[in-house]
Amino acid sequence: MKKWRLLFLGACFSTMLHAQETFPENGVADKREGVYAFTNATIVKDAATVVQNATLLIKDGKIVAVGANISVPQNAVVTDCRGKYIYPSFIDIYSDYGIPAPERAARGFDYRAPAQLVSNQKGAYGWNQAIRTDIQGSRLFAPDQSKAKTLRDIGFGTVLTHQKDGIARGTGVLVTLADERANLVVLKDKASAHYSFSKGVSTQSYPTSMMGSIALLRQTYLDARWYKSNPAAEGSNLTLKYWNEQQDLPQVFEANDKWNALRADRIGDEFGVQYIIKAGGNEYQRLDEIAATKATYILTLNYPMAKDVEDPNEARFVSLADMKHWEMAPAEAGMFEKKNIPFCISPADLKDVKQFMANLRKAITYGLSENKALDALTKMPATVLGVYDKVGSLDAGKVASFIISSGPVFNEKTVILQNWVGGKKYAVKDEEWKSVDGSYNLAVTGAGATTSYALEISGGKANIISGDTLKAKFSYDGKIVQISFPQAKKAQSSLRLSGVANADIWQGAGLDTAGNTVTWTASFVKAVAAEKEKDKTKPTPELGKITYPFDGYGWEKLPTQETVLFKNATVWTNEKEGRLEATDVLVKAGKISAIGKNLSASGAKTVDATGKFLTAGIIDEHSHIAAASINEGAQSVTSEVRIADNLDPDDIDIYRQLSGGVTSSHILHGSANTIGGQTQLIKLRWGVTDSALKFQGADPFIKFALGENVKRTTSSNNNRFPDTRMGVEQVLTDAFQRASDYQKRMAADSKGTRRDLELDALVEIMNRKRFITCHSYVQTEITYTMRVAEKYGFKVNTFTHILEGYKVADKMKEHGASVSTFSDWWAYKTEVQDAIAYNAAIMQKVGLNVCINSDDAEQARRLNQEAAKSVKYGGMSEEDAFKMVTLNPAKALHVDDKVGSIKVGKDADLVLWSDNPLSIYAVAEKTMVDGIFYFDRERDLQLRQQIKTERARLINKMLGEKKGGGPVGPATPSFRHVNSCGENDHHNGLITVGNDEGIM
Amino acid sequence: MILSLFISGGAFSQETVYPAKDYKGLLFIKNATIHIGNGQVVENGTIKVSNGKIEQVGTNIAIPADDVKVFDAKGGHVYPGLILPVTDLGLKEIGSGVRGSNDYAELGDNNANIHALYAYNTDSKIINVLKANGILLAGVTPQGGTISGASSVVQLDAWNWEDAAYKKDNAIHINLPDFIYRPSPYAAFLGVQQRKADEVLKEAEEKAEEIKAFFREAKAYLQQSSHADVNLKFEAVKGLFDKSQKLFVHGDQVRQMLVAVDFVKEFGFNVVIVGGSESFQIAGLLKQNNIAVVLNSLHALPSTEDDDVDQPFKTPAVLQKAGVLFALSDDNGETRYRNLPFDAGTAVAYGLTKEQALQALTLNSAKILGIDNVTGSLEPGKDANIIISEGDILDMRTSIVTQAFIQGRQVDLNNKQKQLYERYKYKYGL
Repeated sequence: MKKWRLLFLGACFSTMLHAQETFPENGVADKREGVYAFTNATIVKDAATVVQNATLLIKDGKIVAVGANISVPQNAVVTDCRGKYIYPSFIDIYSDYGIPAPERAARGFDYRAPAQLVSNQKGAYGWNQAIRTDIQGSRLFAPDQSKAKTLRDIGFGTVLTHQKDGIARGTGVLVTLADERANLVVLKDKASAHYSFSKGVSTQSYPTSMMGSIALLRQTYLDARWYKSNPAAEGSNLTLKYWNEQQDLPQVFEANDKWNALRADRIGDEFGVQYIIKAGGNEYQRLDEIAATKATYILTLNYPMAKDVEDPNEARFVSLADMKHWEMAPAEAGMFEKKNIPFCISPADLKDVKQFMANLRKAITYGLSENKALDALTKMPATVLGVYDKVGSLDAGKVASFIISSGPVFNEKTVILQNWVGGKKYAVKDEEWKSVDGSYNLAVTGAGATTSYALEISGGKANIISGDTLKAKFSYDGKIVQISFPQAKKAQSSLRLSGVANADIWQGAGLDTAGNTVTWTASFVKAVAAEKEKDKTKPTPELGKITYPFDGYGWEKLPTQETVLFKNATVWTNEKEGRLEATDVLVKAGKISAIGKNLSASGAKTVDATGKFLTAGIIDEHSHIAAASINEGAQSVTSEVRIADNLDPDDIDIYRQLSGGVTSSHILHGSANTIGGQTQLIKLRWGVTDSALKFQGADPFIKFALGENVKRTTSSNNNRFPDTRMGVEQVLTDAFQRASDYQKRMAADSKGTRRDLELDALVEIMNRKRFITCHSYVQTEITYTMRVAEKYGFKVNTFTHILEGYKVADKMKEHGASVSTFSDWWAYKTEVQDAIAYNAAIMQKVGLNVCINSDDAEQARRLNQEAAKSVKYGGMSEEDAFKMVTLNPAKALHVDDKVGSIKVGKDADLVLWSDNPLSIYAVAEKTMVDGIFYFDRERDLQLRQQIKTERARLINKMLGEKKGGGPVGPATPSFRHVNSCGENDHHNGLITVGNDEGIM
Repeated sequence: MILSLFISGGAFSQETVYPAKDYKGLLFIKNATIHIGNGQVVENGTIKVSNGKIEQVGTNIAIPADDVKVFDAKGGHVYPGLILPVTDLGLKEIGSGVRGSNDYAELGDNNANIHALYAYNTDSKIINVLKANGILLAGVTPQGGTISGASSVVQLDAWNWEDAAYKKDNAIHINLPDFIYRPSPYAAFLGVQQRKADEVLKEAEEKAEEIKAFFREAKAYLQQSSHADVNLKFEAVKGLFDKSQKLFVHGDQVRQMLVAVDFVKEFGFNVVIVGGSESFQIAGLLKQNNIAVVLNSLHALPSTEDDDVDQPFKTPAVLQKAGVLFALSDDNGETRYRNLPFDAGTAVAYGLTKEQALQALTLNSAKILGIDNVTGSLEPGKDANIIISEGDILDMRTSIVTQAFIQGRQVDLNNKQKQLYERYKYKYGL
């Protein structure tokens, strides 16, 4: 039997369509023309064109003709495809087929280990090991028949393959899945260029963060342009040379996430590139923004598995957001279609590629049209790659890659029978080409006598009809037939027959129950009536609602501005009027429009604030929430990185800060290095997109840091300069000296000078267009940083943390800096041994503009109380104390003309407190940003109930999936990343993962 | 006087903040709102202290004309000295980067025989900062391993640990294994095998079983009076069986707390949960088993994205309602425990009464530590551990401690931070 099968399969291998002349022949030449005609088929040329009763004619691996009235040449091998469907084979645009995965060194970046500051790649390449434009897919490619078969079996004939490693990944190669030498399957050598945010196996320290990856890409675009001018000092930089050569190819970006897609698109916009974006499956959560990128997407149908939420202790840690995503992910492709966002479909992310068709059908059940599905697998990928003249439809002149299926290809009952690639047949389920259902006359001959049986085969099952109906065991694989059946009901032994099928006649040999040899034949008599199949179109599943953000506290519809009248509040103005009793405040169009007694406004929503305090919203000068990454710690100077590049508007801590009366947060880079990244002031507009979080019109800032963190005190083998405070001073001086020289060079020769994003930011500082907030603790470093600034003609805008600020308050006052400190932190490391809770009070009395900051997502919710501590420690007045978290940070951030106090014309960023906000008993009841209530304790109570209900619904649904035998995975908790400066080790819940400097 | 010391070139640290001398006579605090610590409040009252013990608390207490100390609270508030029940105070001076200043976690998995008291450094600069906020007693606790060792209660005004000891080896501390499956997000990146959820769970269960096995063996060992080979670890847990010691089980997760219930059921131990951030889920069960809870990080973010935004703040109210005995502690590594009274203040904003919250810093803590016979409330017969505050001690707006007494001794509330404050007020002429 094995022999038979081998012979059968051997038929595939014997043809040699393409002979490669340069290769020597071992044996006898066997050139063939490969002319085949497939007649009487339903041919789906492309998603829009179906030809009934048509013929497909191919020759020498190419399509010659397709249509209804094709004359079949004499030398064609004709296959009657009556009842069959022919489609163009699918194209996978996001594969690494035949390309080896790069080897990974023992471990990635760890900031406690020595840093690797430049690439260790051999050759005349660029400085960063994650920019691999030298990788050329076609040089690494080797056909892999086991993988090819898996892909062919699910309908693919062509793939774009590349090495999935690095931030720039070099070129992809378009190949067929034919079983031929690499030379003969390559359709296009350099077919695409690839990018991502992940540095992959690079062992180099830089970049360690999302913002670092973005900065590296931006700088490389600039460097490559500059390199075109052949700058002598750069020597030969092959990385940049190849980069430039690859720019005209289709540019594919692996984003894998909705926000990353927008981040990639913004880089593309800056440099005039429209990426094809590889999606991650959650893009449906922000469809408007995704559509606005105008990119074509690659969707991978990799749907999350249900979790085993049987145990409530485990279910507790699975977030509603994850459960919602599990429910809705299969609807993504359909939503893209409805929104007219162009997309290709790829099996790239599936752990088990065989799951592809099932998932595709799931997508169809969830709203994707079959036509669109076909288009996304054929014409769309071919078109975006510019190879529609070669593949992607069944048209004359194209590569003869097509699938023959038993019915419409996406139907559940349909099987793919054959997949022809480059004019060569690959059997998939040939055995099902012809149904063997029917009644047969079975004749068994043994010891001179022949016994006849009536054999009936239906749906793979066989029965012997002879008075009683006897169940037979039956198998058929397209050639070999095996039948065995007892000769009477309940008989212990069976007649066992084996043979081969040849058209309608089967014959072979076997053994009777006594062990005697018999021979047999079975001949087809007539078809049996097939059971009528019911129309089982699955109803579109009912899904939960998309909320912004996509979690329990999000909005179904974003709130809008309304006219609001606060009646009868104690209005804490932060202005010279001080605290006004029994006063009204009117909010219109996002601004404070009136303050006074007995105000009225038609159509206003009235809030009874009797007995309550109305204040300006709290402004947190030092925060690390709402960002995908916070520290780019690989180098001591990283002024090129920008927090704004990686804002995360889904961070639940935005909502939690609102519940503590915070309306604006200054999102700072961490303290991993002396000159950190560019910061971003945001308003806590819960539910908006990343870019809409930004505080419009605010001056740009940058984070600096001094002391223990930047000299990596906790590392025992630091090799990154500096290792002492002496070195930190020189990092500052050197950076500004370089920036100063750079500025002069730029002025003299802007074309010939390499644009340097790192120095650009420093030049902005020197020109007082960007402002520093400097993490600092001890008096030595505070003083020298001011002196360096003065030497280069600018000032340090804000010293943040500044726990020894009280020791040099007079000097800072003279310099003109603001200060932002913790109320009562101390003794968590050496440089804060002299920290005192009276620091704020002393600095305030000396005349500095003093702020109290959080640097902590939890403490930020209680900044009003942190401010109140200066009443206790140092006897500050209540009004001065409260200004430290409102008006003073507004001043330090240069936005006091917009926020920080209750004044007509300022932004309506307001908080209604249940009590004096300096009291520990005060609770923020309502928090408004731009005249919109983004937090309201009453709504919050309703949400809690909704979350409970929605969680229960989804848990039941997951349990249903488990009960129904669907695949379930462990109830892995929905871990949350909480960023920090590197300063604290607070309790942020049981399933929080800190990311400090990160190991990535 | 302190100021002049600075100027004369003396070290400006706390070396001149002396532990108070014994006071054997009579002492009165008058004109005060007295918060007894057991829920009762005496308005405009007087406390009479004799020989370091509270003799009388009330409104009509006669004060003799001479030879007594009298403190006029001037309408302020008087409370029992606050208790920080579970802490590394005196064991950990500088958290990060200064290994030599840390003595809170020993090597090894089973250190039942370790005594935190012996490393308690009475000269820690943290201590005086806490006293200034009204904290007068602390449960000094070892960490690390599965069985960390014995804690002791100390009073915070002493020359050395022997003087400081208030109740030696009051509890044995154990840490339960993590029952949450935490697959490494970097497993694929690092090329290591991801562990399976059920393996992790099984391992945690085995670890819990291992702890129980230790106590079973200890129990058997202790039933015999003499041994050829004395086992220090078994000897160290003797007090658990005769209930002179409690078992403090550190853990936040429901599954960990369920293991703690086993210790009550199988061994009859007096069990206290330390951590207990998830205790609000099984408050009834804890009550049924007489398990007390020490919540050590009230100012925390909720555990899950879906949790109520104020869940940690309102957990005390849940426990109160269920009748669970609970106390508050503070293990904040940046503020170094000084905000203990404000943890209680937050609990008031989210459901407790002020007196209930105070009790979670005083009488409840004393009960949990096993010292309520001598302190924790301002009741006759107990040690005169008393603080006087200008206003409500739970609210930072008014929480200004003016005087404190430990066993009737008036303690110096000066500390390094106040001294540095004075030094720079001097510099700037403030």
